[in-house]
Amino acid sequence: MSTYTTEESTVKVAAAVDAPSVERLSSLDTLESEAIHIIREVVAEFEKPALLFSGGKDSVVMLHLATKAFWPGKVPFPVLHVDTGHNFPEVIDFRDRTVERLGLKLVVGSVQEFIDRGELAERADGTRNPLQTVPLLDAIQKNKFDAVFGGGRRDEDKARAKERILSLRDEFGQWDPRNQRPELWNLYNGRHTVGQHVRAFPISNWTELDIWRYIERENIELPSLYYAHEREVFARDGMWRAVGEVSQPLPNEDVITKLVRYRTVGDMSCTGAVESDARTVADVVVEVAASTLTERGATRADDRISEAAMEDRKKDGYF
Amino acid sequence: MSTETLAAGLETALPTTLFRFATAGSVDDGKSTLVGRLLHDSKAILADTLDAVARTSADRGFGGEKGGIDLALLTDGLRAEREQGITIDVAYRYFATDRRSFILADCPGHVQYTKNTVTGASTADAVVVLIDARKGVLEQTRRHLSVLQLLRVAHVIVAVNKIDLVDFSEQVFRDIEADVQKVARELGLGSDGVADLLVVPVSALDGDNVVDRSERTPWYTGPALLEVLETLPAADELEAELESFRFPVQLVIRPQGALAPDAVAGGLDVEAYRDYRAYAGQITEGSVKVGDEVSVISPGHEPRTTTVIGIDFAGQSLDEAAAPQSVAVRLADEIDIARGDTIAAAGTVRESTADLYASLAWLSPKPLREGQKVLVKHGTRTVQALVRNVTGKLDLATFNVEPASNLELNDIGHAQLRLSAPLPLENYLHHRRTGAFLVIDPIDGNTLAAGLVKDHPGDHEDERYVI
Repeated sequence: MSTYTTEESTVKVAAAVDAPSVERLSSLDTLESEAIHIIREVVAEFEKPALLFSGGKDSVVMLHLATKAFWPGKVPFPVLHVDTGHNFPEVIDFRDRTVERLGLKLVVGSVQEFIDRGELAERADGTRNPLQTVPLLDAIQKNKFDAVFGGGRRDEDKARAKERILSLRDEFGQWDPRNQRPELWNLYNGRHTVGQHVRAFPISNWTELDIWRYIERENIELPSLYYAHEREVFARDGMWRAVGEVSQPLPNEDVITKLVRYRTVGDMSCTGAVESDARTVADVVVEVAASTLTERGATRADDRISEAAMEDRKKDGYF
Repeated sequence: MSTETLAAGLETALPTTLFRFATAGSVDDGKSTLVGRLLHDSKAILADTLDAVARTSADRGFGGEKGGIDLALLTDGLRAEREQGITIDVAYRYFATDRRSFILADCPGHVQYTKNTVTGASTADAVVVLIDARKGVLEQTRRHLSVLQLLRVAHVIVAVNKIDLVDFSEQVFRDIEADVQKVARELGLGSDGVADLLVVPVSALDGDNVVDRSERTPWYTGPALLEVLETLPAADELEAELESFRFPVQLVIRPQGALAPDAVAGGLDVEAYRDYRAYAGQITEGSVKVGDEVSVISPGHEPRTTTVIGIDFAGQSLDEAAAPQSVAVRLADEIDIARGDTIAAAGTVRESTADLYASLAWLSPKPLREGQKVLVKHGTRTVQALVRNVTGKLDLATFNVEPASNLELNDIGHAQLRLSAPLPLENYLHHRRTGAFLVIDPIDGNTLAAGLVKDHPGDHEDERYVI
């Protein structure tokens, strides 16, 4: 039987003088190389890719991987943000600083504009997450993006567990789960006809814990709300919801100040915080490793609607 | 538990390496239950997921000694699958132990088993094939093993499941084990040094020999299934050690003026990088060191030899890199190199050829016809191809090659193709990456087949051959 190294990074081992042989890569290094390979394939084979960038941790990791894939060159594609209008201000600030730092072009699809024009209607429950699909497809069409990178992971949801790394979408952005191309070896087939586009998920095989361990290892900056902070919250649907312009407590919901952090960052009106004292990335890694709830189950009201909530949204063209 | 104790525990528990495996078998063999058991006992199932499964189990009236939870529900992702109680598509699952992170490709057995097994096995370091202890080796088992032999999966583990239902009988197990070994011998599986084969008695329902060794099978002295998965060498490991350097070029990194602003802000020497040029890709086999002699293989050129002067990865200079690392390689000579070219250890690649002799696993409802035009994607290059002839079809149950002139969905056969440009093709038997290709429909872009390069045309006078 083989023995295994506990060396975290083989890059360091390989760089050592007279290294006898290359050590087995750590799982993070393997996942990183796989993701970079996919990002480069898409850039090489598509005319006009873009990267979905919300300021959420998965999209931040995606962008970090893209900078590594093309170093010392610039990231060769724009970033696309579908703005629900219900954002956490610190996330928008983070988005703008990141785009500036990397010299990227930012394309914004605005849910608010669609509502103002009467092309989308506000939902009774106030959440705008499901409303992102229309502005997303509009931005893809207007900008003629033929590939869109997303930070989706297969461990997030059971429908995502079945989606391909390169996922073909039709003219309406729809995902057809029963008619997917087989994905073989590391050969990705991105061929598509006019009007179709491809969603590319290079970090499909990462888990939430991999993401956090990578953020720690690479020292990647995130919006501050991922770390424990004091916030005014009220309890709804078993989650702590932040008090904000679009997220107001009902008369029977008491507002209290709690030490919380966010495990996912989305529409402020449906994303919940978790009680946490994890103030640093190392604390978060420990917390995630010990967590007994999935991140979507714990913090996303929209994924609790039904057993197939994500599958239904994806069929309609969602991320 | 305090944060400190947790952190201390985590320090030693960091998974260090990645291992990909697939499961093949049908619901009847208890495959979904086995997958559920692995996930459950390795504590990969979080409380809210388990609650959802428990609710659905109760709704469906699932009873039983294991607290009424139908572990099979953990792997059915799509609405149609839950409604029909079947698994349609390969599902990917993730769990980790102290030693490894696992990616599990759960391949359904009944519907389109060839398509699913080929897909799952193509990236797997190991495949677990399930057999029902009450039924023994069935035709389906032979078919699965046949596909795994063809795809050269490095490790095949046969789990003889439901051993509890045959009263943990050693005799039943030994008989099945002997049958499996007989089939493997007929196939050449496990005998040629490429693959190894292990047979384990398990009860997925009760957990015997899944995570821990069972006291109820005292006659079995081998490891439990998870122990096996934790210790087998991964295919990448074998490929990095055994094979020569292969590096299909994905793209050329040549930023000229467009250097990354964050790199410049971080102190990158702009002058030094003005003429930077490197070839980006993922090492598919072997390893490379700075100073190594390499050959550049491009269509229309004789192989050109040069020297590696740098291996870069996002600002780090490496002395050495190995499969499956993604890196950027710099070369001593200014050679015209583009996407689709291959950089390889000097003198180790045979002459490129436009005659492709291959096994094809046909994955599309559109049948393959002789005379058809298709696209072939090999490494980072896609070329047009003409299907000259189909030379035979494999009967997966008997392993005989039978005459055929077309291939249909889930068939595995042999064909000769003529390519529009020569490619550095290598035998899949020894090169799981550079011996693999996709057959693509030029009309709608769909993937038609998984292709495995059989032989170099120089090897064969006779155009009809058997596996």
